[in-house]
Amino acid sequence: MNSYQKWIAFETILRREIRRFMRIWPQTLLPPVITIILYFVIFGQLIGSRIGTMSGLPYIQFVAPGLIMMSVITNSYSNVVSSFFGSKFQRNIEELLVSPTPNWIILLGYIAGGMCRGLGVGAIVTLLALYFADFSIHNWPITLAIVLMTSLMFSLAGLINAIFAANFDDISIIPTFVLTPLTYLGGVFYSIELLGEFWRNLSMLNPVLYMVNAFRFGIAGITDINVAWSFAMVGFFSVLLFFFALHLLERGSRLRS
Amino acid sequence: MDSITQPALAISQLSKTYEGGFIALKGIDLDVAQGDFFALLGPNGAGKSTTIGIICSLVRKTGGSVSIFGYDIDQDFSTAKQYIGVVPQEFNFNQFEKPIDILVAQAGYFGIKADLALQRAEKYLRQLGLWEKRNDLSRNLSGGMKRRLMIARALIHEPKLLVLDEPTAGVDIELRRSMWEFLKEINAQGTTIILTTHYLEEAESLCRNIAIIDHGSIVQNTSIKALLKQLDRETFVFDSATLLTETPVLEGYSVTLVDSHSIEVEVHKSQSINEVFDSLNEQNIKVVSMRNKTNRLEELFFDLVDKNLIQSAAEVDHE
Repeated sequence: MNSYQKWIAFETILRREIRRFMRIWPQTLLPPVITIILYFVIFGQLIGSRIGTMSGLPYIQFVAPGLIMMSVITNSYSNVVSSFFGSKFQRNIEELLVSPTPNWIILLGYIAGGMCRGLGVGAIVTLLALYFADFSIHNWPITLAIVLMTSLMFSLAGLINAIFAANFDDISIIPTFVLTPLTYLGGVFYSIELLGEFWRNLSMLNPVLYMVNAFRFGIAGITDINVAWSFAMVGFFSVLLFFFALHLLERGSRLRS
Repeated sequence: MDSITQPALAISQLSKTYEGGFIALKGIDLDVAQGDFFALLGPNGAGKSTTIGIICSLVRKTGGSVSIFGYDIDQDFSTAKQYIGVVPQEFNFNQFEKPIDILVAQAGYFGIKADLALQRAEKYLRQLGLWEKRNDLSRNLSGGMKRRLMIARALIHEPKLLVLDEPTAGVDIELRRSMWEFLKEINAQGTTIILTTHYLEEAESLCRNIAIIDHGSIVQNTSIKALLKQLDRETFVFDSATLLTETPVLEGYSVTLVDSHSIEVEVHKSQSINEVFDSLNEQNIKVVSMRNKTNRLEELFFDLVDKNLIQSAAEVDHE
């Protein structure tokens, strides 16, 4: 395959992924929007008005970046995990496996699809957030870079989950028992400064904390942790997951008998 | 590399042992010439689908080599894959997509631009009688239509080698015959075809050469004509207008009374059916029709597989 043919193959996977989540928008786009509206109404307005400020910001402005990032994380992850596992389950992944499309193009195609959904939902949620909260972007490059890298990282994680999954339970275990607790405990709703030393140190092991704080810094200019350290960590894990996912595809783990 | 002089498929010492220790292929060698219409036969679990899986890289081989038009599937996987189209046994397309989208996407995976992909999709969907269904959800297609959709998908990049793993399984007779005509046509246009099938009549009517695989080994690899020459006896069924109360005696022939109006006669290669007719005439038995009891290839197939079974058992005993 020459470079142009590889580009066509990539574009085909990406188009197919976008068409998939657009076709089933009541399952893919609508639920996160409703969930986020409920978060803004309950945590932002009803409870938030009684909390007052967090790290010097009105509570609704404090939680808005976290809620946006939470949407990006869950949607990037769930798009790739469900699409790739669905292809495995229906065996239409074989359409790609018998083609000359290189594994790295397959990988890029799927993660680009996951990023499109994650970032698309993130954009919708941001527009909704602007209805409930008044905020402007403190640092555009940091905001865009961290949201892109986070979406990339969780798309990769979703693909790895899908490769290992043998049934539908396996694709809901990680989001339910790992992703959701990490996100809820990742500084979306509170500053870790409120925690005691032990819990604060424990929180530092949570990768989501770094992403949420870097994103909050990009939007509101406040953070509990060093932003450079956030980028280093997200970058390191993205590279690690990329090569691990590529290795799994090259080996044909759980894909070729 | 001059792919014109290379076989369409060259398999050398191909072996496969699955996790758990099941040996599916025991070092098989197989060449399929360019332009051939080749049958790969064998009982269930013989190794046919494993062989096809390895050829199209869905199954990882344990040892040996496979080349498509001279291109090794490990060394030149990209080129080798451009040459091959595969129609698997099970439906393996997204049931929630439309046939036209499935075909255009498959073309995209081979690096074919959308406008050319659309032209080809129309060509093959029309040829296979699916054009009117192009915008239906593929899950709503009938079983026969789904099989034809997989053939169209395998042809979208116009491969020089088409591998079909039981393409007519579960397809009604009329549709099966129309698929045969279609396959004959594309073979006549130069596409090499390898077919696995359970319908031995299908192999006899379509294919020029044949390999029979059993217990992971090739037990026969020859032309259909040469194979049929090995058949040393055939069983014919004679339907009689005369009521048969007992088994007629035909000297030198084994005769079985099937019912009051039909008998089965085993005829060896050295014998003549004319003699059977003469003898039945002499006994005032009026024959109204005659047919082979089973497909000729089927008789041979079971014979070869049975022999291999006995041989395998003997090897096990010997060990």
